[in-house]
Amino acid sequence: MDRKIRVFLCKPGLDGHDRGVLIVGQALRDAGMEVIYSGLKQTSENLVEAAIQEDVDVLGISLLSGAHMALIPRITELLVERGAEDMLVIAGGVIPPDDAEVLVREHGVARIFGPGTNTSDIVDFLAERLK
Amino acid sequence: MRDAPKDLYERVLKGDRRAAARLITMVENGDRDAREVLRMLHSRTGRAHIVGLTGSPGSGKSTLACRLAQGYRAAGKTVGVICVDPTSPFTGGALLGDRVRMQELAGDPEVFIRSMGSRGALGGLSVATNDVINILDAFGKDLVIVETVGAGQVEIEIVKYAHTCCVVTMPGAGDEIQAIKAGILEIGDVFVVNKADREGAQRTLADLEMMLETRPGGPGDWKPPVVATVALEGEGVDELERAIERHSAHLLESGMMAEKTEQRMKAELLGILDLMVSREAGRALEEGEGKELVRRMAERQIDPHSAAEEVVKYLLKRAGN
Ligand SMILES: Nc1nc2c(ncn2[C@@H]2O[C@H](COP(=O)(O)OP(=O)(O)OP(=O)(O)O)[C@@H](O)[C@H]2O)c(=O)[nH]1
Ligand SMILES: [Mg+2]
Repeated sequence: MDRKIRVFLCKPGLDGHDRGVLIVGQALRDAGMEVIYSGLKQTSENLVEAAIQEDVDVLGISLLSGAHMALIPRITELLVERGAEDMLVIAGGVIPPDDAEVLVREHGVARIFGPGTNTSDIVDFLAERLK
Repeated sequence: MRDAPKDLYERVLKGDRRAAARLITMVENGDRDAREVLRMLHSRTGRAHIVGLTGSPGSGKSTLACRLAQGYRAAGKTVGVICVDPTSPFTGGALLGDRVRMQELAGDPEVFIRSMGSRGALGGLSVATNDVINILDAFGKDLVIVETVGAGQVEIEIVKYAHTCCVVTMPGAGDEIQAIKAGILEIGDVFVVNKADREGAQRTLADLEMMLETRPGGPGDWKPPVVATVALEGEGVDELERAIERHSAHLLESGMMAEKTEQRMKAELLGILDLMVSREAGRALEEGEGKELVRRMAERQIDPHSAAEEVVKYLLKRAGN
């Protein structure tokens, strides 16, 4: 069996930049993963539905708008509602350490990758967690 | 977490999108249980109309798929979309971006979109795609759209056997039409010049129409129409829809539908046999006589064609026992 790691990278909320998330997408692709990109400005409901249709192992959330404390818990809540809580959730973008800690501790996020993260750290993290 | 085949089967029939999605993943991974579920689902297939969308990279296939799906949804039909993008042969990874152009379909529970990497390595793309088409068909989708880049042989193979194959091109680069000529002029049932808002659209239309005039007679006397669209604005999409409907009606009225279906079944079967036989042959070469055969080839005692015949004889003999 040839199992491949599938990742859905998404941009919830209103921010209009996807350079960062696309760089991560390319790194994951180059590491042999299948990366599906959502495009900008998606509602949480639609993102969760898309992640379910694509049956991904990983949901990667990129947020630069500052709305992470509202949007990320909403997304993980929806995943639980849909019975998809086994999906690994990671997030990146501009998320202060204090918020990051809360998201990981209380909202089911596996790991937050702050600005300046080396893409190889994300690759290694996913490869390790999905072994 | 594993799902029992019977359980998955029932959930798919009940319209559980998560179950359908999981089953598709199992198909992509070559999971044996998937075959069991597909066997159970088979009696529920054969209802969907399958539309292939192929053509040069960036010609607007995904944008068109989105518009088409919207049109069919407005007419009360349910839609499945399968987007196949190339997998890198070097890393095995893929960046699947077709959903970006289909955002307007998000939020409609009657549209199911799935992105697939062509994976290549196992050579089983057409088999996997057919399986996914069958899943969406059994899942109750009235229309299944399959998008592939019309670049490689395999990608063309997939859409060739769709009920209605649409070949998408765009004005601009002069060799566009040349590219179409190489192999996909023959397979199109409907031709689309998208980005008709761009300069040169009229010429592309005219060139295409001229090339089609000299195309060897299509099956069942179908003369493929050429439709101009501006997918971004939705212009011409209703005409494309009508062309697809007309082609579908033509298939039924001319009796071509049965022939198309037979072609599709044959291609599907040959694809599966290809995989099965090469797997069996691969195994045979790892043991006793097969290993010996390879050794004799290396010693130049037997040529490869004769050796292959020996292997086929061996497999047939074994299958007979
Ligand atoms: N001007 C113009 N641009 C269009 C039209 N339709 C699509 N586009 C743009 O063309 C680009 C490619 O569109 P897609 O729908 O992604 O094309 P595609 O054929 O699916 O591309 P690949 O899947 O990458 O091969 C996008 O930027 C679209 O917005 C159109 O009718 N006119
Ligand atoms: Mg596309």
